Amino acid sequence: MPGRLRRGWTCAHLRITLRPMPHDHHDDHPHALLPPEPALRVKALETILARKGLIDPAALDEIIDTYQNRIGPKNGAMVVARAWTDPEFRARLLENATAVVADLGFFGRQGEHVVAVENTPEVHNMVVCTLCSCYPWPLLGIPPAWYKSDAYRSRAVREPRKVLAEFGVTLPPETAVRVWDSTAEVRYLVIPMRPDGTEGLDVEQLAALVTRDSMVGTGLPKAPA
Amino acid sequence: MSRIHDMGGRFGHGPVDPGRPDDPVFAADWHARALAVTLAAGALGQWTLDASRHARERLAPRDYLTFSYYEKWLAALADLLVETGVLTQEDLAAAGRNSGTDAPHPLSAKKLKAEDVARVLARGGPADRPCPAEPAFTTGQKVRARRPAENHLVAGGHTRLPDYAAGATGRIIRVHGCHVLPDSNAHGLGEAPEPLYTVAFPASRLWAHPENPRDAVTLDLWQSYLEPA
Repeated sequence: MPGRLRRGWTCAHLRITLRPMPHDHHDDHPHALLPPEPALRVKALETILARKGLIDPAALDEIIDTYQNRIGPKNGAMVVARAWTDPEFRARLLENATAVVADLGFFGRQGEHVVAVENTPEVHNMVVCTLCSCYPWPLLGIPPAWYKSDAYRSRAVREPRKVLAEFGVTLPPETAVRVWDSTAEVRYLVIPMRPDGTEGLDVEQLAALVTRDSMVGTGLPKAPA
Repeated sequence: MSRIHDMGGRFGHGPVDPGRPDDPVFAADWHARALAVTLAAGALGQWTLDASRHARERLAPRDYLTFSYYEKWLAALADLLVETGVLTQEDLAAAGRNSGTDAPHPLSAKKLKAEDVARVLARGGPADRPCPAEPAFTTGQKVRARRPAENHLVAGGHTRLPDYAAGATGRIIRVHGCHVLPDSNAHGLGEAPEPLYTVAFPASRLWAHPENPRDAVTLDLWQSYLEPA
C-alpha cells in the first residue's frame, strides 16, 4: 500500500522508494486536498466554484483576453514615446504619472499609483519586486517569467550590474544604478533614454523602438532601422 | 526570522533567464486560467490583496520554492477559500469530481459577470487614503529602517519591509501621502493608513560587497517601518 507509506520510507518488498516529489504535499494546508497536477488543480477549482455559482467561466475568458490581447507593453511604449517628443508631457509625467497615464486610458488593477523614473547618462533605473511580483499591469501587462523568478527577485537589488549583463546591457561605471524595489502599491515605469538617430521619427515610430524590458530597466530601446 | 518569500539579496539563485521578446504572455493555458480564477474569486470580496499575498507567503517554504509561480497562486487561493468559509475542505476534496449539482452559494450574488470584468479591472484597488495625521518625515530626511523586519502587530505576520533593508540608513526621496498598512490589513485588523515614503539606501549600506559605490536601492516604506536617523 504505497499510499500508506510516509515520504522517504522504503518498501523493501516492492523495491521502491517514495521520494519527495515537487508536488508532494505533506502539510495540512487545504490546497493539499486538490489534485497535484497544476492544470488539473486549476480545473478542479474552476469547476467547484462554477458549480456553486461563484465564478462565471465567461468572465474568466474575458479576463484572459484582456491581459493576453488588449493590455501590454504597447501602452507603456506610447507613454515613453510621448515623453521623448513632448517636453511638457514629460514634465507632467515625472511630476504625476498616475494622472497623466490615466488621461491616456491606462489605469486600473496594479496601476492605481504610478511613478515614472527617467534614465539619464548619470542614472540608470531598474525595477524589481523582491517580495512578490508587483508590476505596472495597465502599462506593461502581465510580468514576464524572468521578472517573477527567484533569481531576478534575489539578485536585482544586490548585484544589478551582473543581472543587467545577463540581459546584454553593460553600463559605464560612472552611471549610477538605482533599483526600485516595489514594496508598496506604487508601480514604476522606467523612461529609457531616447536612442540616437531618431530625430526624424514620429511618436508611433518611436514607440516601436521601446521594448518591454527597456521600461523595466533591464533592456535598452531598439536602435532605429 | 525572515520569511521564505523575502528574497532580496539572497545568494545562490543562479543566472536570470531573460527569455525571448516573443514569449507568450502565458506559457501554458492553465497559467491564464489560474490568473483568471484568482481574480474572479477575489472579486467575491472575501479577502484583500494584502491577505492574498500573505496566503502565498504562508506556503510551506518547501512548497514555496518548488511550486511554479501560478502553482503558488492556486495553492494560496484554495487555502483562502477554505479559511474564509467560501468552500469547505470537503468541497475541495471533491472538487476534481465533476458530478452532481450544488445549491446556490450564499455569495453567488457577488459573482463577477463577464460584462463587469472591464469595469472591475479598470477600477482596481487604490491604496491611498486620507491621512490621519501629518507625515512625520519630509523629503531629504535621513531615516533608519526598523530592525527586525517583522510584523509588529502579528507574530510571523505579513509585512512589506524586506529583511535586507532592516537597520539600514537611507534618505527619503518622495512622500506618497497615506496608504493602507499591509501589516494590519492582511490580518483583518483594519486599513490603518500611514504615510508612505520612498527611501533611497546607498548600496554600501545594504551589502558588504556593493558592485559600485554610486548604486542605490529604493524601497516604498510605511512610517511605522522607519525611525529618524
